[in-house]
Amino acid sequence: MNLKHLREIAQAGIWKNNTGLVQLLGLCPILAVSTNLINGVSLGLATAVVMAISGAVVAALRNLIPYEIRIPVFILIIAALVTVLDLAFNAYLHSLYLVLGIFVPLIVTNCIVLARVEAFAAKNGPLSSAVDGFAMGAGLVWLLALLGGMRELIGTGHLFNGIDMIIPSAQPLRVLPETYPGFLVAILPPGAFISLACLIAGKSWLDARAAKRAAQARPAAAPVSA
Amino acid sequence: MSLNSPYLRKPTSVTRVMAEVLLALVPAIAVYAWFFGVGILVQIALATATAIAFEAGFLKLRGRPIGRSLADLSAIVTAWLIALAFPSIGPWWLVVAGTAFAIVVAKHLYGGLGQNPFNPAMVAYAVMIVAFPALMSQWPGAGRLDAAAQLDLIFGGARAVDAVTAATPLDSLRTGLRAEGSSVNALLQGDGFGLFAGRGWEWIAVAFLIGGLYLLARRIITWHIPVAYLGSLAALETIASIAAPQSYPGPVFSLFSGAAMIGAFFILTDPVSGATTPRGKLIYAAGAALMTWIIRHFGSFPDGVAFATLLMNLCVPLIDMKTQPPVFGHKTKN
Repeated sequence: MNLKHLREIAQAGIWKNNTGLVQLLGLCPILAVSTNLINGVSLGLATAVVMAISGAVVAALRNLIPYEIRIPVFILIIAALVTVLDLAFNAYLHSLYLVLGIFVPLIVTNCIVLARVEAFAAKNGPLSSAVDGFAMGAGLVWLLALLGGMRELIGTGHLFNGIDMIIPSAQPLRVLPETYPGFLVAILPPGAFISLACLIAGKSWLDARAAKRAAQARPAAAPVSA
Repeated sequence: MSLNSPYLRKPTSVTRVMAEVLLALVPAIAVYAWFFGVGILVQIALATATAIAFEAGFLKLRGRPIGRSLADLSAIVTAWLIALAFPSIGPWWLVVAGTAFAIVVAKHLYGGLGQNPFNPAMVAYAVMIVAFPALMSQWPGAGRLDAAAQLDLIFGGARAVDAVTAATPLDSLRTGLRAEGSSVNALLQGDGFGLFAGRGWEWIAVAFLIGGLYLLARRIITWHIPVAYLGSLAALETIASIAAPQSYPGPVFSLFSGAAMIGAFFILTDPVSGATTPRGKLIYAAGAALMTWIIRHFGSFPDGVAFATLLMNLCVPLIDMKTQPPVFGHKTKN
């Protein structure tokens, strides 16, 4: 397993096959938890950890798991990991646990996790599966950070609301002036759909621009090589 | 003199339709300014400028001809409807943000004029009342504010609002009815109510009715939607007020309050987001009347017309599909 291969897996997870922007998987937690940056990043990291470990475990056991009952076995492995994480949140980050609530246990049912285990870990080695799981999770983390940050900023004018749940002495950052009234719709469900749609459009636009540039660069490069 | 078919008629251009709609709104705007001051004129100017700026910007981004699309006046109709739907003493950014949202999200992201499934002006109203419920519920009382005070409320910073604003007649009626032992008749004697509906507001509604009748006479709209909407709303209110005269104000108050008149003639009749078949128009308008009635009496928002319009906009593809008239020369199924 060479490094180049791992880098390609990571790139696919973080950008090219981004779970939220390209595969549009796991939209329920993406839309529901991205009301602010801290919640989004916390759930994203939790999902990334579960995906990395479950990828590695499933890849290591893939030759022992009977094909016919692989889905229940995958779910059991994922559920065990999520339970560990859920208990850890409850023990060490209790206020965050109360905010994220049902969405931590629901990582079990998140189709991204099962999709990566089924599509990748069941066919590849433990190392690349762990990298794939973590890269897919990292793609989710930055998306949730951006989405949560956008919605929080437009909705309240603050950033890092709820950071005191993680660092007790820290304060939320007021980015917009005191008189900013707060565009509540951004925090409400419609804001999630509109913001995510804008991000998807933004990625498509960047990809289209990159493709156009590549197309322009090719004919220009031809005479040089000739 | 007799004419033989085919009767050649000049095709109605979008620009002419929109210009007629704007003209039909003028009497209501004049009455509004007469009773409630210059606020509405300022809001119309703000909304129009915003609509033109965002329309031009987005047409440029989308690589469409700017001049021709701006000249169809549809953005200005949207802007005027937004200004009329929003409180005339709201801060300037409220109407600017609402208009920008209507033009960018409700219109251009769906593909521009002719493609939008929802009425852009009502989308703006719904978004803003969900985002800023307090600001969207502060209306001017008739004759209470002079021009300087209104301009200060629109462009100034601090808002000492409770002293100068009033709830709409629909709002104060509903709040009043919550009190123990209250009755509609007693409440309608109170301050803020006029001859047959809200003081000042009733005459604006009459002006919308006149503008609407002008549109009907000019054949810009057909009779189906206004008649079905106002008829259904009146029928529901009549039944309710016969059943419980203490709690329901009756059809006249209801038709001349809130956005019922502007909705019947100017909003529900939007040729893009409304139903297009004759039977479909009747169903669409009756459904909107039912929604309006339910939201007004059992909801918590000041008026139900905007949400009723959006909900019925959602049903339009289904309604149109199920009410296609048979093509001439073909037999109907039964």
